[in-house]
Amino acid sequence: MKRLLEGARVVDPVRGVDGRFDVLIDGDRIARVAVEIPAAERAGAEVLALQPGWIVCPGFIDMHVHLREPGQEHKETIATGTAAAVAGGFTGVACMPNTDPVNDNSSVTKFIVERAAGAPARVYPIGAVTKGSAGEQLAEIADLRAAGCVALSDDGRPVANALILRRGLEYARMFDMAIIDHCEDPALKGEGVAHEGLVAAVLGLRGIPAAAEEVMVYRDIALAELTGGRVHIAHLSTRGSLRAVRDGRARGVRVTCEVTPHHFTLTDEQLKAPLSYDTNLKMNPPLREAADRDALVAGLADGTVDAIASDHAPHHYDEKHVEFDRAPFGIVGLETAVPLALDRLVHAGVISIGRLVELMSVNPARLLGVPGGTLEPGSPADVTVLAPEVTTTIDPARFRSLSRNTPFGGWTLKGTVAATIVGGRVAYANPDLASLAAR
Amino acid sequence: MNLQVANGPLGTAAARLRGKDLLGIAELTPAEILLVLDTAEAMREIAARPIKKVPALRGKTVINLFFEPSTRTRTSFEVAEKRLSADTLNISAGTSSVVKGETLADTALNLEAMSPDLMVVRHTSSGACHFLSRICRAGIINAGDGMHEHPTQALLDAFTIREHKKRLGGLKIAIVGDLLHSRVLRSNVLLLTKLDADVWVSGPPTLIPPGIAQLGVRVTTSIDEAVEGADVVMMLRIQLERMQGGYFPSLREYFTVFGLTSQRVRRAKPDVIIMHPGPMNRGVEIASEVADGACSVILEQVANGVAVRMAVLYLLAGGGEHEAAA
Repeated sequence: MKRLLEGARVVDPVRGVDGRFDVLIDGDRIARVAVEIPAAERAGAEVLALQPGWIVCPGFIDMHVHLREPGQEHKETIATGTAAAVAGGFTGVACMPNTDPVNDNSSVTKFIVERAAGAPARVYPIGAVTKGSAGEQLAEIADLRAAGCVALSDDGRPVANALILRRGLEYARMFDMAIIDHCEDPALKGEGVAHEGLVAAVLGLRGIPAAAEEVMVYRDIALAELTGGRVHIAHLSTRGSLRAVRDGRARGVRVTCEVTPHHFTLTDEQLKAPLSYDTNLKMNPPLREAADRDALVAGLADGTVDAIASDHAPHHYDEKHVEFDRAPFGIVGLETAVPLALDRLVHAGVISIGRLVELMSVNPARLLGVPGGTLEPGSPADVTVLAPEVTTTIDPARFRSLSRNTPFGGWTLKGTVAATIVGGRVAYANPDLASLAAR
Repeated sequence: MNLQVANGPLGTAAARLRGKDLLGIAELTPAEILLVLDTAEAMREIAARPIKKVPALRGKTVINLFFEPSTRTRTSFEVAEKRLSADTLNISAGTSSVVKGETLADTALNLEAMSPDLMVVRHTSSGACHFLSRICRAGIINAGDGMHEHPTQALLDAFTIREHKKRLGGLKIAIVGDLLHSRVLRSNVLLLTKLDADVWVSGPPTLIPPGIAQLGVRVTTSIDEAVEGADVVMMLRIQLERMQGGYFPSLREYFTVFGLTSQRVRRAKPDVIIMHPGPMNRGVEIASEVADGACSVILEQVANGVAVRMAVLYLLAGGGEHEAAA
């Protein structure tokens, strides 16, 4: 089966491509990208109608997602989470191991891989660094790798013991796997629920100082330097952490980082108004202050930040409909990440579409060591089609995710997803836009 | 108008607070604060009468919903409600279905189904009253939410200060103690700065909330500097139950460095008044000789609490259609 994406702007930074091209898909692979596909080659291809202004990109990969299965299927399942992923423009997601049971052994990994077999998006499991993510004993990393894990993390918890992280970084080197660390000093975080600063002080919320993240970012960089291992800082949120990453990388340390859409969009001021103490503004790391948000935006533009990742953290309505300090941390992000990135970064003039593709496709693929990130012939036919000029209003009631815990409901944003193609098949076509149906 | 208070502001039909709730001082304008204080003046006269009751809230139902232990505040509200003839009921977390795992929202909505006019809520979580105000039709009065606000305490403190000093603007007011965990501190800072007092706060650096200077107060770790020339010294309780966090080395050292002794009181103005929201830890934040001394107005604060809470209850639930019905 051949499919043809005809005459759209194609942005493929890996190959230095940005212009009007035809993209021919043959089966589940990209066959050719050319100004004009020879008639013989395109013969019999189904032509997918693209609207003027749409942009064809290599498939976006969200490298930080919680699919909640196994164990917390009331929040999300692999089926609903991947449906949300393609609706949000993601052809692949990397799922964190803090399921129940923890994905710390190959049987859990195999279960996830099996459940994801028919899912609309590709699922890349992340294995635990330590058994039970308890931070004491390394998990069976080789086994996890063999079963399909692409990276390691005790996400939700930091690897608190520096010696264990050292051993993990050393051991994971033989597979060239990154350890994705949720950087937070547990004692400094304490019972904190919001960024430590004036807003938390006024609202009477226990603070989580920026230093709780930064001391562990510095530690991790030192350990990556010591071991030569690869450390990836999850949901980096402070200007100090960014400085640490920049300095570490300048001296050759293998450290990378990601930033979430909520951290590059919101600040802790949001906790005061219009909806004070909104539990959909409670996440970890917390929303920081304006100087941090501005630094993250600058880091996205200047290359310090490697990836945009949503930290999609579905929680049931009942769990969030409680007092602020009792609510769980986290918000959903799969179905708002691309509109936020287009509106707040691309249309705001901070980054180009090419840089957006690096942050959401090229770099996540590289960091995880998975196929994709380019439309090079022979690559998987994973394609994200953007409609950057289309303005939409976020309506959580229409989310494919099982959970609706977002602070962005009602936000009007410029730029959305037109379609998501996974393995050559149209996994999502935006129902609000002119149909992508075959012509 | 059947509330028989001569020359009080209660005669002004328009005198109401803007919202249905009193969530915090943050939401009040200076004019609203003064309205509460002026109304409280009228309410205080009721306590001096042989029959300490007026029908202002007759037929209104007020639920006192306390999720945290409280003697002073709960009793004060209850007395205030009864003096205004409201029907009141008290629910404390220990006796409610909260212990059976019911959520705050469900507890509130079940009570709401019984059509109360006001709910007076104390809760351990900051923002709990904001949360309830969004899901309840009844007005919510914040009787203390976590470390956030305790607005009626700040109002009664302001009332007490004004009674002694005849003004609030320009007074040097020192607030000393555990600033970090104190909702009394937050409400007082907001109120006193809105009314242009010169507010100084003092405590160990480990118990000073970050950024507090941006609220327009002077911050010092020297109690002596804070008390120097003060018109008012307000001591905050050291919350012994919260002191596991190692905020200071010992109670003994705390008292040495931050305790209010009569020696330190001498640095203040001769007519200084000493306040404490209670409950006090004698010998920790305040010496007994100061707490019981001539400058202390601590028990007046308690008495004024009833009048101020009557004013708040009246301004939120009284008047309006009640007057028409009366």
